[in-house]
Parts: sequence; structure tokens; C-alpha cells
Amino acid sequence: MFSGFMVNAWEVASIVAVVAGIVGFFVVLRGSAFVAHAIPNGSFAGAAGASLIGVSTLVGLGAFSLLGALGIGLLGRRGRHDVVTALALVMMLGLGALFVSLSVEYEPEIESLLFGEVLGISNNAVAPTAALALVCVAAIAALYRPLMLSSVLAEVGEARGVRAFTMELCFLVVVALATTMTVPVVGTLLIFSLMIGPPAAARSFVDRPLAAIGLSVAIALITVWSAIAASYTTNYPIGFYVGTISAVAYALGRAWAAWRARRCSGGDARRDYGVSGASNIAA
Amino acid sequence: MSIAALGALLAPVVEPGFFSSEAVRVAIVVGALVAVTAGTVGVFTVMRGQSFAGEALGDIDTTGGSAAFLVGIGPLWGFLAVSVAAAAAMELIGIQRPRGRDLATGIVLGTALGLAALLLYLVTTLHNTTGAAQTILFGSVFTVPGSTIPLVALLSVVVLGSIATLYRPLLLSSLSAEMAAARGLHVRALGAAYLLALAVAIALAAITIGSILSTALLVGPAATALRLTRRPGTAIALAGGLGVTAMWLGILLAYDSFAWPPLGTGWPVSFFVVTLIFLGYLLSGVPELLRRRAGAA
Repeated sequence: MFSGFMVNAWEVASIVAVVAGIVGFFVVLRGSAFVAHAIPNGSFAGAAGASLIGVSTLVGLGAFSLLGALGIGLLGRRGRHDVVTALALVMMLGLGALFVSLSVEYEPEIESLLFGEVLGISNNAVAPTAALALVCVAAIAALYRPLMLSSVLAEVGEARGVRAFTMELCFLVVVALATTMTVPVVGTLLIFSLMIGPPAAARSFVDRPLAAIGLSVAIALITVWSAIAASYTTNYPIGFYVGTISAVAYALGRAWAAWRARRCSGGDARRDYGVSGASNIAA
Repeated sequence: MSIAALGALLAPVVEPGFFSSEAVRVAIVVGALVAVTAGTVGVFTVMRGQSFAGEALGDIDTTGGSAAFLVGIGPLWGFLAVSVAAAAAMELIGIQRPRGRDLATGIVLGTALGLAALLLYLVTTLHNTTGAAQTILFGSVFTVPGSTIPLVALLSVVVLGSIATLYRPLLLSSLSAEMAAARGLHVRALGAAYLLALAVAIALAAITIGSILSTALLVGPAATALRLTRRPGTAIALAGGLGVTAMWLGILLAYDSFAWPPLGTGWPVSFFVVTLIFLGYLLSGVPELLRRRAGAA
């Protein structure tokens, strides 16, 4: 389980889990689950387009995820956010359908992009993944304070000179970057589950943002590690295990939050995360 | 005007055989039914900010339902069951709370796609079929059998009927949940009923025209209509009309495209319909933009 090509799987999956845990925390905090679904899903049209004109898949994925992110950000200024996201997604998928119908040899690749082929990662995929991951984490670290502020208290952020629109665009670009890096190795399904389940679970357990990010990364790592181990032993697809384990983690988090709320009932049971997060920044 | 003259008029636009093709006729009828249903439900979807739920249900239906279909469960019933189960899970996790809406949808979507991955894996290893993912992702309206028209019509009527019955309370609770609650309406029950109607409408759309088009027809025409008018009744009529127009034009273009390069394969219907809907949405923003500019000047 720990030899040969499996080493690549462990390495890349761990990198992906760390990035998903960190970026996912902000996805959940900002209520951007739809965007986290739309950008990876839509970007796979880029992979289809790339194979059609004969450039590398990574270029196509990168171009489409960036295009989608910027499109959602710019159109979202005027229209409703969820509507714009839905329309950008279907437009990208429509183009994907066109590319697929025009090309001939694409078919088997679709399934691997959807559900991932983490067990078939080659040696030369590790270095680019690690590099893009570093960029993602560095971007989040650099943006941490303003992004946090505009995510939980947009008005206060505006008053302090943090433009909510700029932050939205920056955040979308980070999601696009994370997408480009993760989709070819783990698939759109897996990255979405990892960006939603572990951070949502982490937020049920702890209130402080940094602790929640740490816990979210830890849960994401445990999820992918046990998923790889289970997938290796049973031969069932890894996406199934990641989806299921993420959901179980989230359910545990909800149960914990409900139990805690019952224990200290009488007080304000449903603590609003936003306020505690903001006071943390102000401190 | 005689039919021959009409045919001559349309000849440059319509490739020969368009109106005599059985597949096209079925596509036109089914497409119109689905577009009207999706447009009507979509106006409420856009008002309630639940586009993600609509998209997620379409994805879950096409992956999960198609896997069930490949195993041998009847297609439409499989789709309906998957769709309703997913909607119930979303409702249970908390789609009714604005803060948790996105998350509830996301958790259900992630879990369901994980299960779909397993199902597809089992199906492809057991039955040794390839290319399943492709048919599942991009269903085509041209492959719908004509015998399903009565069932599609029946389900459309059921969805439209339930929306019509609940019209006033649903509208109020979609516009302002607080006001609806103050009037003694059961907001959560209304939300659940609406979600059920959405699930049926999406199952219907996903199985006939694929998940891409089901989202496009649900969200696009409704959002466009709501930008053009503030009256909900007018918006519903407009959304239905826009959806049918986009669908029919898309079918026509797709039929014509068999004469375009590369010859003989044709371009997908979903590409044309989605592009038309997307352009419509962009254009519907122009009046407001002009008004704002005039106001600024």
C-alpha cells in the first residue's frame, strides 16, 4: 500500500487535502458552496476544449476555471449571485458538450475527470501540484485578514477600506487556482466534497477561525487517507469513500453542535460564528 | 399563405426534413412541456435563491438515476425516487435557513455524487459498458422516445397544478418568510412542498433533456423574466415563453447544424439552448444599465 505508484497517491492526496481544508473553510464561511461546485465542474469543459485543439489539459482547465471565476465575479455584481453562478456553469458545460461532440477520442477521460484517478498519479504530477498548492496557501495567508473581515462582516470591511467586490474576485481566483491543481488528479467530485464536508464539520466543533482551519485540514487529511486505504483494499472508487466520510464528519459535527446547544440551553444556544470571528480579528 | 409558400419562405433557415422528422416532433413537444414547467417553477427558485438546489438535484438525478437505470430500474421512476429523496435530505439538513442553505445542498450533493461514483463503478464492472458517463452527462432531447410524451405531460400538469394551488401563499413566503409567518402560513411546510415540486420538475427535465439543460431552463428564463418585469404572474408567463423559444430555436439550430462542419455529426442541442438562454440573460440587463446611465448623466 505504501510502495511504488502509491507513494504519489499519498503525497498528492495529502497536498490536495491541505489546500481543500484551507480554501474550503472560506468557501463554507462565505456560503459559496455553489461556486465551489460550479468552477471545478465547469472547468472540465476546458479539458475537453484543450484535447480538441491539442494543448495540455492543465492549460484548458486553468483557462476555463479562471474564465468562470471572473465571469461569476463580474456578472454577480449586477445579478443575483446564485443565478449568475448557475448560468456561468451551464454555459461552460454547454461549451463542453460542444467540444466533446466535435472531438472523437475524449470519452474515457470524462469519467476520470469527474471521479478522479488518484491511484494512477504519475511522478511528474507531484511537483506542479505542490507548486500550485503553495501559491494557493500563500495567497490565502496574504489575504487572510481582509478576506476574513469581508467574509463575516462585509459592511465593516467596506468601512475599513476592504472592498467586498475585490475580495470576492480574489477569492474566486484562489478557488480557480485550487481547481486547476486538483481536478486532473482527484476529479471534480472529490475536490467538491473535500471543500465542503471537512470545513463544515470543523466549524461545528470549534469557534475560533484559525483553530477551525487547522481542524478542517486535519479532518480533510484523515478523510483522504482513510479513503485511499479503503479504496486500495476494496477496489471501490475513492470518490465514494471521500463523499461518504465527509458526510459522516459533517453529521458528527452537527450532532456535537446539537449536544452542546442542549447542554448550555437557556443561553444563546446557536452562537453566531460571524460575531466571534470578527471579534477575533479586532482583537 | 399556402403551405408551399411558407415552406419556400423557411427554406433558407430550415434544413429539409425538419417538420417531417419524428425525432424532431417529439423533441419539440417534450421540450416545450419541460420548458414551461421548468420556467414556472424557476421563477420561485430564483425568488427563493435556490438555484444551487435546482442544479444539485439535476446532477444527482442524472448520475444517480442513470446508474439506477443501467442496473435495470425503470428510468423515470428511478429519477423521480432519487430526486425526491435528495430533496427530502436537503430539507432535513436545513435548506430553509438562509445561512445553511448552501451548505445543506452541498453536503447532499457531495454524498450523492459519491454514491453515484460507486454505482457507476459497479455498473461498468458488472455490465462492462463504457461511455456511460457521457450519456449520463449530456442527455439528448433527440433520443427521447415518443411514447413518453403522455407521462411527461401528466407530470408537468401535476407540477403546474400544485404550484397553481399553492400560488398565493407560496409567493408570499418566497418574497418574505417573516410576513408569511405573521399571517399564520406554515412557511416550512410550504418550502417543503415547493422543494417537492422542484424535485419532480427537475427529474422530468433531467431525464428528457439532461442535467445541463434542466438547470439552464430552470434558472435562465426565470431570471431573465424577473429582470424585465416585477409582476410575478407576468414573469411566470414570460419565463415559460422565453424557455420554449430558446428550446425550439435550439432544436432548429441543432437540426440545421448537421449540415455544418464537421459534416454529419451535428452540434449538440444543449450548446445552442444554453447559449441562447445566456445571451437572453445578458441582454435583459441592458435596459437597467441604460436607465442607470441615464440617471447618472
